[in-house]
Amino acid sequence: MNKQSNTYTLIYIIVLVVVVGTALALTSISLKPRQQANADADKMRQILASIEISVPESDIISAYDKYVTSTFLVDENGNRVEGADVFEIDVARQSKEPAAERLLPVYECRLDDGAVKYVMPVYGAGLWGPIWGYVSVDSDGTSIYGAYFAHQGETPGLGAEIEKPAFSSQFSGKKLIKDGRFVPVVVVKKGQTPAGDEDYVDGVSGGTITSKGVGAMLDNCLSPYGAFLKSLDQQ
Amino acid sequence: MSNKTVFFNPFSKDNPVVVQILGICSVLAVTAKLEPAIVMGLSVIAVLAFSNVIISLIRNTIPTNIRIIVQLVVVAGLVVIVSQLLQAYAYNVSKQLSVFIGLIITNCILMGRLEAFAMANRPWPSFLDGVGNGIGYAAILVIVGFFRELLGFGTLLGYQVVPECFYEAGYVNNGLMILPPMALITVACVIWVHRSVNKELQEK
Repeated sequence: MNKQSNTYTLIYIIVLVVVVGTALALTSISLKPRQQANADADKMRQILASIEISVPESDIISAYDKYVTSTFLVDENGNRVEGADVFEIDVARQSKEPAAERLLPVYECRLDDGAVKYVMPVYGAGLWGPIWGYVSVDSDGTSIYGAYFAHQGETPGLGAEIEKPAFSSQFSGKKLIKDGRFVPVVVVKKGQTPAGDEDYVDGVSGGTITSKGVGAMLDNCLSPYGAFLKSLDQQ
Repeated sequence: MSNKTVFFNPFSKDNPVVVQILGICSVLAVTAKLEPAIVMGLSVIAVLAFSNVIISLIRNTIPTNIRIIVQLVVVAGLVVIVSQLLQAYAYNVSKQLSVFIGLIITNCILMGRLEAFAMANRPWPSFLDGVGNGIGYAAILVIVGFFRELLGFGTLLGYQVVPECFYEAGYVNNGLMILPPMALITVACVIWVHRSVNKELQEK
């Protein structure tokens, strides 16, 4: 058989692609449920991390059920809306919609000491790919209680440092509502201060674009919550 | 070539990074810290060994004019399967690797070994060649990662190793070490040392 003929080449590549394609499809289908379960558990872990609770991997689901007392959606005016499963909301897609059309998920959590915290998801872009996180606020809605950030592929040691507590713990206590209006928390270069009166945190050295991405993400994803946060303050 | 030389040559005399200057891109990208460097090294050893074996098994059936495409399909398929398996059974590891897994497909060492070795040799020597080259690559990654993390952060594998009293006496971490240019200079220093020891590798 002539291995250099066009027919052989064509048949060879078709067979190869079909074999590899089938193998990939089978792997993907058979592993999907496990991957989804892992991804859900990981999301629960991230939500718990934003209220500074960390539990071993095996206890995540029970801890989530224990601390997260209710979940609901709000719109830009702070009113509760129905219409979708809160946990399944695609924050990535919502963050690209105009603020008025977004469905904003809120996870209401009750800590061991009875304090109520509200967790809000955020999603944005870093240098190489998406970054996301969860920000929790105190029950009066004005100051941040804790924050958790993650990324898909920021540079290790540089942009990737946003996922470390050294960065995220800076957010604790920063004000989101000042004099009755929403102000984003800005991320600045170490040693600098923002132009306005916003609260600020130091960015990561060598991870300037990722740090700016975190700032932009907080502004874009948290400002629609402004009305909701103010309504908490008035309660 | 005996199996022994096939396995041990890539460690030093025929090292893919410092002699053949392959795979430099990932050496620069993932060595700011030691841990990702080690994980990346292990992943490359695994993928390189298996793709070498698979290509070696089918080497006599591959039409010459599409051999690069065949190699690419095998490597890409293998990498995607490994990444899917990690997501299902070792979710935390897969999150750590994330983009590195994709980087493996584009690693020039893989295509280099498939083309230069696996296409012409039997599966067992090909396996040894893959593991040997993977180790040679991983060793350089670890050396570079070691110095960059030590000098750039004062830590190793995340543990503080530069004592606190150094900082009190005025020592500062060298922030330049964690930026890509210093990775290139560190690799160059490794090559310099390597060439000084192995005089036969020096160009006239």
